[in-house]
Amino acid sequence: MSTEGKMSVKNRARLALNNDFLRSAVRFTTERLRSGKIQASADHGSWDEWRERGRQIRLHTIANLDYYLTQFADNARANGVHVHFADTAEEAVQLSLNIAKQKSAQSVVKSKSMVSEELHLNKALESIGVEAVETDLGEYIIQLADETPSHIIIPAIHKNRYQIADLLSKEAGETLPPDTSILAGFVRNKLREKFLDAEIGMTGCNFAIAETGSMVLFENEGNARMVTTVPKTQITLMGMERIIPSWTDLEVMATLLPRSATGQKLTVYMSGITGPRRDEDGDGPDEMHIIILDNGRSLQLGDPEFQELLNCIRCGACLNACPVYRQIGGHAYGGTYSGPIGAVLTPALKKNVAEWDDIANASSLCGACYEACPVKIPLHDMLVSLRRRKVEAGRGNKLEGLGMKGFAAIMNNSKRYRAVIRLGKIGQKLVARSGEIRLKAGPLKGWNTYRVTPTLPKHSFRDKWPTLEQEIRGGLQNMPSGMEQRLQNIMKDRNKGGGS
Amino acid sequence: MKISLFVTCLSDTLFPRVTESMVRLLARYGLQLEFPELQTCCGQPAYNSGYWDEARASAKTILDAFDDSDFVVSPSGSCTYMVHHYSSLFKDDPVYLQKAELLQKKTYEFSQFLVQVLGVTDVGATFKHKVTYHPSCHGSRLLGVKEEPMELLRSVKGLELVPLPFADDCCGFGGTFAVKMADISGAMVTEKVDHIVETEASVLAGLDMACLMNIAGNLRYRGEKVRVMHLAELLYEGLEEKEVKQA
Repeated sequence: MSTEGKMSVKNRARLALNNDFLRSAVRFTTERLRSGKIQASADHGSWDEWRERGRQIRLHTIANLDYYLTQFADNARANGVHVHFADTAEEAVQLSLNIAKQKSAQSVVKSKSMVSEELHLNKALESIGVEAVETDLGEYIIQLADETPSHIIIPAIHKNRYQIADLLSKEAGETLPPDTSILAGFVRNKLREKFLDAEIGMTGCNFAIAETGSMVLFENEGNARMVTTVPKTQITLMGMERIIPSWTDLEVMATLLPRSATGQKLTVYMSGITGPRRDEDGDGPDEMHIIILDNGRSLQLGDPEFQELLNCIRCGACLNACPVYRQIGGHAYGGTYSGPIGAVLTPALKKNVAEWDDIANASSLCGACYEACPVKIPLHDMLVSLRRRKVEAGRGNKLEGLGMKGFAAIMNNSKRYRAVIRLGKIGQKLVARSGEIRLKAGPLKGWNTYRVTPTLPKHSFRDKWPTLEQEIRGGLQNMPSGMEQRLQNIMKDRNKGGGS
Repeated sequence: MKISLFVTCLSDTLFPRVTESMVRLLARYGLQLEFPELQTCCGQPAYNSGYWDEARASAKTILDAFDDSDFVVSPSGSCTYMVHHYSSLFKDDPVYLQKAELLQKKTYEFSQFLVQVLGVTDVGATFKHKVTYHPSCHGSRLLGVKEEPMELLRSVKGLELVPLPFADDCCGFGGTFAVKMADISGAMVTEKVDHIVETEASVLAGLDMACLMNIAGNLRYRGEKVRVMHLAELLYEGLEEKEVKQA
């Protein structure tokens, strides 16, 4: 189900909201991941310090990205890796296809890569007659269903085991029970042949270490290790921002990433790969390519509001924490990346920003994403910036724009504000019944579909204030002396540069 | 010393009882609040929707109103946090930027003011009800007011505080979000209210009338009897309840 760009986020969300299977599956898994993350970060003991350290590493790397990218590419080349830079998705696809053609590949096995999803690479490979096989269990399921991932790290999060059993039964040609170990066993056997047949193994990249030109993969299934050891040729796809300077920095990332993603202290497998197989190595590819993708990323460099977007380590914690994602899952966001990070990243990476204007509205700006983020990306502020840029570019909703002009005209003058409240009290008589409004029409339609609206009481606070003030002044006692001193001290501290 | 009331447009127009309770409660500590009538709305609806010119027009009334205040106290964590955005909103206006930086330092949310500024964690109230608490996102997450309301609630005699499942999840209000993305917002408030009902509490307390209006609206829509109260109302009513008994 690729819904990219065809429907409004509102309509895609409505589809999701009417899909009970999806909603319960998403809730089930995000709850498990979220509570795992909360537990793991609490167990860690000094999570916030490490988070800040992680943020600093990412800020520093991105601020010096040109330097570290060059260092990484030089070192990787010295290790015997073919390093390619792709400005656009098309270029990256073309580079991948050229390698496949050069190797006369019939089959490519792939470990999970969001960059590959961003490129829609499987379709491209198939178009030149190369079989592309996803070997991450979730990705494999999604591929069978001809869908796109609905979560950064749990691609099939929106499916329950019954739906998965149906899909795999079709593939098996026999009915498989909805038993997770039997289903996983079937996939394991099936994939074993694919690993052995494939000429090319293709991976993503969690981190690229500049100081040694190495790439690091985190995974739980061992499939990435198969992909990087069995086929003769390896292609690694990486976003240009995956770089970190050193192995010391990896320690911080290896602490933050698995805990944030799944609540694990460490993933089952963590592979560091520095170049193709050497003579003394028992296995590994004879030839290794790394394709470094820009595809809109460099547009964020130097943008004070969005540069931090490149700090993302793709853990998915913001999706698991997001109360909107929880209700609608990932496909409703319409792009490759979903959840709060997707709502910002998708328009940021696209040239046709206008077509993606509405995703930034799919957030209540609650800040749960920011709180969950292991590198503290202020996604909630970025969502507001996207909304502001849309308005500034003249793409705002005309009616809303008029409404906001009215808002400003009323709110910049307390007398007008007061007059409007008075008008409101008269106007509401038309629609109010026993102190509430239940009318499901006009601007109240959406709100009142789920709620009742309170009415304006006879007197506003400011109407009551003169009487209230008199009454209180009459009975006022002295402030306790200790309290007065506290207030004085706070004011003193504030003048020294402190404050709330 | 000038301690000013930042009433917020919502509490001014729809929920005057909340601010009145706050004023009466603070008066017990000898605080005569003043109310600058220049103030209207903090500008958040426009700010969050991306209309920053319009937000500035509204925010200026707040900055002008509290120019000479020493402390500003508000019954909303969200509107208090909005003041923290003023320095980016007015970054190109040196006069208002200075006001913004100053106002941020002297503005407090109600429970924050009681606990951090006045040093009060027990107002001496009695409130014999089963209460659950919804921590509003902006107040708790962004302003960092997490422990203050819990301390105040735990000190109330007779009050049985029951934990709200998934308390930290947003209630789905989100300002214009509730209108623009009505179905998503509806799903969120429905889940929030499911959890409130699950607790079997008779009162839901909170610190932000926007969220509480959203939650109360869904409770009423479903015919649920849970009473929704701002913490200031609860504490003040708890003081009166006690005094009525003693009299």
